[in-house]
Amino acid sequence: MTPVRVSIVGVLASVLLILVVLELVRGRRLKERYALLWLATGVVLLVLSAWRGGLNTIAGWVGVTSYPPAVLFAVATLFILLVLLHYSTVISKLTDENVELAQRLALLEERVGRPPSGPRSPAG
Amino acid sequence: MTGPRTVAVVPAFNESGAIGRVVGEIRAARFGIDVVVVDDASTDDTAAVAEALGATVLRLPFNVGIGGAVQTGFRYAVEEGYERAVRLDGDGQHDAAEIGRLFEPLERGEADLVIGSRFVDGRGSYRPPFARRLGIRVFARLVSLLGGQQVTDTTSGFIALDRAGIELFAREYPHDYPEVEATLVALRSGLRLSQVQVEMRERETGASSITFIRSLYYIVKVLLALLVASLRRYPRLEEARR
Repeated sequence: MTPVRVSIVGVLASVLLILVVLELVRGRRLKERYALLWLATGVVLLVLSAWRGGLNTIAGWVGVTSYPPAVLFAVATLFILLVLLHYSTVISKLTDENVELAQRLALLEERVGRPPSGPRSPAG
Repeated sequence: MTGPRTVAVVPAFNESGAIGRVVGEIRAARFGIDVVVVDDASTDDTAAVAEALGATVLRLPFNVGIGGAVQTGFRYAVEEGYERAVRLDGDGQHDAAEIGRLFEPLERGEADLVIGSRFVDGRGSYRPPFARRLGIRVFARLVSLLGGQQVTDTTSGFIALDRAGIELFAREYPHDYPEVEATLVALRSGLRLSQVQVEMRERETGASSITFIRSLYYIVKVLLALLVASLRRYPRLEEARR
């Protein structure tokens, strides 16, 4: 069975995570889009910490018999991996968009710097 | 100017020592060709040198890597309505005198992409060190296998394209270490590919961008890219061409 203290600390930590994320969103330092996975992490950890019977049951399913809070760690780790993977996709997208912006800027600057409507030098 | 409008795309990063000669040789080698130097945020005066010689210079605001730079040139070619393009590196390793031979399969209407290869026949003089030769051969075999056509040199940056090829690469071109993957993408998109034996020069100034750690990254990145590219679907171009 999960020690009561572990459950209390788990609940406090999850609530803190949820509050920090909400505060970041409120202050517009975190977009809702990127807050959702963090909030899901907080809520799942909160539920698993508070619902002690549930944690035991799940621990039984996955074969963790000696120390059910290990499932809390596992779930937390899984969610952190999800968040990181999500960020990797976000970074990849930003990188592509960034390169495309740079390319378009280079093309535009060349066009703007060219004499308007005049014919281009034949070998230029 | 007669014949199809033709552009030479020259990616350059800190090549002020070589770029002048490259631009001069291209214009001497082929009458009426436009030269576009894509300056990948050089810190020297590559752009100024190229511009002084009459090249069009596209200045990237920050370094995007060789593939991103080359693609900028192809996008320019699409926007400006060029029908043929040749890509040469800004370090002078590709011999502009061979541009004409690279265009021949395009002129005969036999190909959309022509690769200047160092290994079409056994007559080329290029003898890379063992590890590099092995790498070049493995990539060539892989691309041939996955692309369904024999390719001898997938790491060559000396290529010529018709309009269909330009449009494909303007849309799909890897940003770093692009050549191998781009060759496979071209084959899988239905571009007709031919190869022409060329010689490449040893670089004269600057340093090769391939170091040991980077070559490790290069190999792994390219292998992954080939794997993923062979799992992706690419729209075939045959319909669009005819």
